[in-house]
Amino acid sequence: MMIRFEHIRKLYEGAAAITDLNLDIQQGELVVLLGPSGSGKSTVLKMVNRMVSHEGGQILFKGKDINSFNVQDLRRRMGYAIQSVGLFPHRTVAHNIATVPKLLGWDAQRVQARTHELLKLLAMDPEQYASRYPHQLSGGQQQRVGVARALAADPDVLLMDEPFGALDPVTRAALQVALKKIHRSTGKTILFVTHDIDEALLLATRIVLLNQGHISQAGTPLELLQQPANDFVADFLGRADLGLKQLSLRSIAPYTQAIEGTEPSHTITHTATLREAISHMATLHVSTLGVTDESGTVLGQVLAADLLEN
Amino acid sequence: MRELHTLPLQKPSYWANPLVWSVAALLLLAYGLPYFQPLFAALFPALPRPLYLQEPMAELMWQHIGLVWVSSSIAVMLATLAGLATTSEMGRALKPMMETLAGMGQTFPPVAILAVAVPVVGFGELPALIALSIFGLLPVLQATLAGLASVPLPVIDSARAMGMSPRHILTEVQMPLALPFWLAGVRTSVVVNIGTAAIASTVGAKTLGLPIIVGLSGFNTAYVLQGALVLGLLAIAVDLAFDWLALILYGHAISAVDNQT
Repeated sequence: MMIRFEHIRKLYEGAAAITDLNLDIQQGELVVLLGPSGSGKSTVLKMVNRMVSHEGGQILFKGKDINSFNVQDLRRRMGYAIQSVGLFPHRTVAHNIATVPKLLGWDAQRVQARTHELLKLLAMDPEQYASRYPHQLSGGQQQRVGVARALAADPDVLLMDEPFGALDPVTRAALQVALKKIHRSTGKTILFVTHDIDEALLLATRIVLLNQGHISQAGTPLELLQQPANDFVADFLGRADLGLKQLSLRSIAPYTQAIEGTEPSHTITHTATLREAISHMATLHVSTLGVTDESGTVLGQVLAADLLEN
Repeated sequence: MRELHTLPLQKPSYWANPLVWSVAALLLLAYGLPYFQPLFAALFPALPRPLYLQEPMAELMWQHIGLVWVSSSIAVMLATLAGLATTSEMGRALKPMMETLAGMGQTFPPVAILAVAVPVVGFGELPALIALSIFGLLPVLQATLAGLASVPLPVIDSARAMGMSPRHILTEVQMPLALPFWLAGVRTSVVVNIGTAAIASTVGAKTLGLPIIVGLSGFNTAYVLQGALVLGLLAIAVDLAFDWLALILYGHAISAVDNQT
């Protein structure tokens, strides 16, 4: 067990902001705290590294009450990335990433090796970027550095508070893919706050949907879409296109079959989702699409009827 | 290699540097004043003594610099400490009062402080030192507070969230980011003090104001001109020196901004 919330309460100006919250987060999960503004999702995240205190109950980190840790030691064991990035404007990219390793007293060689490793992990050339200042980077690059900085000291947990909220859709999508890859390759436990449903569906291994300080539903993306626990969940996820969202969680690979007769006029890559395939068909006015691999070799075809009958 | 430096950040030659010129002109005038006898005699033919020779001008200049140095050092130190104290848990309560004080100080004329100081401590260097120290406090205090307020909250928040101690945050995040503001305040304080120190001659301190005051009371415009020239050059040279200091202290930020535009 990485993090456990037990009967957590939090008051804001006398009113209950969080009421009796219970949540277990296992090692390696990517838990997305999803909810409208004011639902308390950010507050829950900030309680974990004691940026916000909790009033009732207790939070356990690796089985120990977080209040039993030295607050700075606790925070150094948790990576932290926020929407406005919060990079130090007077320090280079490399120096920014090195913040926590230096606080932990790593030697210079190890710090540099780690910095370069992380820049590469986030698809930034260390030669080119290590000595730049934050204002010389684009918003997306700044956020990549922000993520690298959060990962720097190989923390047990990564806390991310709407980290991609301020980015344009293209950059945001690229970073979502990058984060997913990092999660898969490092097995880090990640707690991620967002109000963006599509982001949550894409990233989460588990979604915790919050409403007015309590958990409305927690489960895998598919569980939430297929069995919304109540009206709030269904409404928040977008009642009208729950079906479409389910399609976006499934790959076309299992629906690919051998081509019989003429080859389809248009193709799609085999990593596409059902939603993308159907959307393609609608724009192109076709009911069949060829399926190719990355190199463009045709693997087979998918039929509209199959995709819709899932 | 830092990429900035490969870009044409022009390093001007010494000949093009106005700081070098103003310092040279200042030293020439302060030390070489006796050699300008023919020039001032020609400019002021009506004056029997067109050159201020009661005290060597260079000596007055160094006394002036000494007075400004000591008073500004006191002012900068006290104001900076007071400003930094507002970041602490205890000092936070004092912040509104300091802000009011810093704002008020700009409207308070230095002559008034001099006038108040004399009856308390008598004539001489001391009232001048007190008046200049007090007057120099306020721009620095104001700049320190403005600099600290300019540090973006998310930056401080993420510093906290990464496990930096309050002392670390102050020395490694808040102070470096407040530095440009602070330096601008010190610059204002020092340059204004250079001018104000001239007035201190009226209470008996030996400064570059002496030739001006002697000239004014004796209807000797040549004295006034000589004192004003050296004083003006000193203020210009010090002001330019702050440009140079800024370039050394946070030049990377300036050149980085230049590269973007």
